[in-house]
Amino acid sequence: MSLVSSNQWAVETRTRASSMFFVIAAVAVLIAFAAPFFLSRSGIQDLFFILTMLVLAQCWNLLAGYAGLVSVGQQAFVGFGAYAMFATVILLGLDPLVGVLAGGLMGALLAIPTGFFAFRLQGAYFAIGTWVIAEVVRLSMAQWKALGGGTGTSLPTTATRDMVGVKLVQDIFGVRSAQAVDILCYWLALILAVASVVFIYRLLRSRQGLGLAAVRDNTVAARAVGVDALRIKAAVYIIVAFITGLVGALIYVQKARISPDAAFAVTDWTAYVIFIVVIGGIGAIEGPIVGVLVLYLLQTLLADYGSWYLLALGLIGIAVMLFAPRGLWGLFTERTGIQLFPVRRILTGGTNKTNGGTNV
Amino acid sequence: MSVLDTLIQGILLGGLYTLFAAGLALVFGIMRLVNLAHGDLIVMAAFLILYLVTGLGLNPFVAALIAMPVMFGIGWALQYFVLNRTLGPDILPPLLVTFGLSIVIQNGLLQGFSADSRRIPIGPLESASINLGPIAVGVMPLLTFASAVLVIVALNVIFYRTSLGRAFRATSDDKVTAGLMGIRPDNIFAIATGLALVVATIAALYLGARANFDPTIGPARLIYAFEAVIIGGLGSFWGTLVGGIIIGVAQTFGASINPEWQILAGHVAFLIVLLFRPRGLFPRAVD
Repeated sequence: MSLVSSNQWAVETRTRASSMFFVIAAVAVLIAFAAPFFLSRSGIQDLFFILTMLVLAQCWNLLAGYAGLVSVGQQAFVGFGAYAMFATVILLGLDPLVGVLAGGLMGALLAIPTGFFAFRLQGAYFAIGTWVIAEVVRLSMAQWKALGGGTGTSLPTTATRDMVGVKLVQDIFGVRSAQAVDILCYWLALILAVASVVFIYRLLRSRQGLGLAAVRDNTVAARAVGVDALRIKAAVYIIVAFITGLVGALIYVQKARISPDAAFAVTDWTAYVIFIVVIGGIGAIEGPIVGVLVLYLLQTLLADYGSWYLLALGLIGIAVMLFAPRGLWGLFTERTGIQLFPVRRILTGGTNKTNGGTNV
Repeated sequence: MSVLDTLIQGILLGGLYTLFAAGLALVFGIMRLVNLAHGDLIVMAAFLILYLVTGLGLNPFVAALIAMPVMFGIGWALQYFVLNRTLGPDILPPLLVTFGLSIVIQNGLLQGFSADSRRIPIGPLESASINLGPIAVGVMPLLTFASAVLVIVALNVIFYRTSLGRAFRATSDDKVTAGLMGIRPDNIFAIATGLALVVATIAALYLGARANFDPTIGPARLIYAFEAVIIGGLGSFWGTLVGGIIIGVAQTFGASINPEWQILAGHVAFLIVLLFRPRGLFPRAVD
């Protein structure tokens, strides 16, 4: 060992910018946790919207940007997760938080049969196939009379009021139960957002993540060196379905009212999400973070203009795709070279580093 | 008798879906471009026809004839200036750009024409029917189906019997080599999309005359169209007709059992075909 100690190479993914960023991010998350102490109810609701959209966008980015699975049918998992939560609460009489977990599990479960169909389709066919499947799930849910059929239903107010933790939040903040539910949902969304970003980052830095990137860049070459492309893609598809189901269920705990058209809305759960990822930057973890902030800003600025808002969003999306396919973050990182979530392996140490190896 | 009636109605409905799908099949077959805005472009054409009919007092069929070159121009420009930039080995750019376009057209139409349901007035033809033996068949559905068959025949003639069709096939097979032979692929692609929107205009006439429409119904039409194309198999126009008919028949049978099952039955039929023939019933090209 001592023979190579002065000439040791190491593979790293960390950069100075990213190390600094992690400190800032940790502080930001702490402040975000404390947000209910100093933000109004509508502020918390806005943050909840941002965080849930962020998780959905991270999921779609993993799917389309890394695994090459361009799905236009992720609303299937949002809606199915939400319906699973409603079923757990209304039909089984359990806590909505149990329902959120059930939403995730049912989302993952749904991904198995839908994946069976969708994975027979390549590329563009896959996109349309997932959309058809989402429509089938929506139309099927509209047949579920116990949960309101086509018109939908509401969560019983007692169910959310008696939710685990609501009483505690009420006591801490001295607020009504409805606001306490908002705060609780916000915290859960924050945990989910942080957890999903950390999870995706770790996944991309792992062996599986390297395989994923290899498959994306050249499927044939990746398979030649032993990467099981189908298996990795299927795993990503199911994990994303799980997280999407969780988020869907959580969103509807906060909304407390569901209908098939809203829960499976292609605009809300897929179009927005796609624009977030495209505008922010596809194929980078920073992209959806930038994108969701842009979306929120646009929404706030153009709130009074109705359909002009979506029109503008569509045009911006098209322009970004045509002229800056790596999105706003891509433009930034091209100029500065800064990466906050670096996944590229960098070779360090070796001859140009005196007495290297000790700090590895 | 009612089974036969349902079957006939389904086949005729399939004609409408074939019209939705034919333009898509053309573009898809030539440049592997998935146009997610196709349904919204059909709705846009329907509004254009409606505008010509109500604004200028034209006969709907004349209005459609005027709308056709306009839509051809829109299609040509759209492909030449926007979509050609997205073509390449990566399928993401065309998908995302046309998805954005779909949202833009929908909301543009909402802004211009409001969310009200509209219908293209076609006078007494609307409710006319003729008796074929024991079954009464609507004139409009019959016209729709006849137009669908005509469009398929015309597309086949263009594709296999004209020099334009030869250029289509050549660029579809090998864009670079076709370019060496004096074909300008960019222009050929633009013509293909223009032609697709001419077919979309015909579809729009029947869509708008037979049922109410509003700016948001495009994506659902797109899905039916895609199902027809995929069931038929890539590159086969007759396959698209068969695909359209399968969706139409599945929908009318579904509706005859329970009106709420109409759309669901069509989707289920599509998934069943997919299960057994993932490349469709009559695939011509390998992709």
